[in-house]
Amino acid sequence: MTDLKTTPLDSWHRGLGARMVPFAGYAMPVQYDFTGALAERCRGGVLAEHLHCRSKAALFDVSHMGQATMTGAGAAEALERLVPGDILGLKPGRQRYTLLTNEAGGIIDDLMVANLGDDRLFLVVNASRKDVDFAHIPGIVPIENRALLALQGPAASAIVGVPLSFMGVAETSIAGIPCLVSRSGYTGEDGFEISVPADRAEALAEWLVGHEAVVPAGLGARDSLRLEAGLCLYGHDLDETTTPVEAGLTWVIGKRRKMSWDFPGGAIVRDQLDNGAPRLRVGIKPTGRAPAREGTAIEGAGIITSGGFSPSLNAPIAMGYVRREFAEDGTALTLTVRGKPMPATVVPMPFVPHRYAR
Amino acid sequence: MAKKPADKRYTKDHEWVVLDGDIATVGITDHAQEQLGDVVHVELPELDREVGVNEACAVVESVKAASDIFAPLAGTVVEINETIIEDPAIVNGDPEGEGWFFKLELDDPDAFEELMDADSYEEYLETL
Repeated sequence: MTDLKTTPLDSWHRGLGARMVPFAGYAMPVQYDFTGALAERCRGGVLAEHLHCRSKAALFDVSHMGQATMTGAGAAEALERLVPGDILGLKPGRQRYTLLTNEAGGIIDDLMVANLGDDRLFLVVNASRKDVDFAHIPGIVPIENRALLALQGPAASAIVGVPLSFMGVAETSIAGIPCLVSRSGYTGEDGFEISVPADRAEALAEWLVGHEAVVPAGLGARDSLRLEAGLCLYGHDLDETTTPVEAGLTWVIGKRRKMSWDFPGGAIVRDQLDNGAPRLRVGIKPTGRAPAREGTAIEGAGIITSGGFSPSLNAPIAMGYVRREFAEDGTALTLTVRGKPMPATVVPMPFVPHRYAR
Repeated sequence: MAKKPADKRYTKDHEWVVLDGDIATVGITDHAQEQLGDVVHVELPELDREVGVNEACAVVESVKAASDIFAPLAGTVVEINETIIEDPAIVNGDPEGEGWFFKLELDDPDAFEELMDADSYEEYLETL
């Protein structure tokens, strides 16, 4: 693990009992074994950190993700050529989830774009896709000296105290530390993502966990939370061969873009929307308690792309791609888990209702 | 780590075995449960199943991954711990006590002596 990159909070995590694992080229906390005051709030481990996020608030270090800016009068137009979203129509102080698509309509990455006003866009891309995205987007300027923290959960809003609605964004300060805050996240809970200068990241993290409701949480809980929320993980549920229609992400296509279809792969996406995609991403509920994990075959229908155990539902959940005729809610599927057939059912997502501050 | 009792033996797959007559009780070590993380599901062998040495005969699923549990010695399954099926968290909470997996009637109780003792297992853990 010697050539792994580290986030500005690396030693902070280790001091809190984090188990560090390699993820997208970074040493990242997967879960914590808490001691002292934090142990009184949460025993640590994926299940407890997950449930703490749903009941109070959890602090995630997501500094591995790629932060970048695009500036100038043509920035929104330049980005809009690469994505199906309405970027020209994105108002200052607002953020939007969008997709970079290729000529086949496949997804190069999923990302967040915020309009900071004065012809400045702020982007957050997947860690594993930084190199690809930064080479793909003309005029993009990567940001190297900032950390990204996510405070997620019902207690987050009272702590952060920045008046934003869901997907609002503001340049402000928290605890006297200048930061860029958006009301968004990857857990299905209300929450905030906070971009902060690297040298102030630890001070901000300390201030946040200084609140009784907050404990740090690792990538393990982040993954089970986003799966319960039905959110895609790039490289697993999305890749360059999956289209927005197959992925169930057609809501990202801006109304104006649906008239012109002038984004990469637009004609293919339009055809799939009109005539049906060959396969669709669906929620899957296995029977019993054994998780059906990524790569599990769905007999005659497809494959599971994310699967695990839902701490909130105390049951296994999964998502995957099935041929269109198997995509209806309630459809019975047969998974093959360790060589044995396991019945499962197509179910609507999210598995746990979103609680965004709309 | 607390000193482990001398009559308890261990495998390289991080199972512990306690022998009472020709009945061996098998579970996973504290080290194993710590590495696995939160256990969410356990599959245990059928009663009366005959298992060979190192035969995969149970599965422990944690939040992270599924892991096979291997029979440390050859024998017949005579009892399984239904409690950990109902409440898998017991495997994390008390892996070397209430969190036992199954009991085997050994084909050859003397083979128990060939497993690692507590000191050897400690040494083995340090090599990992």
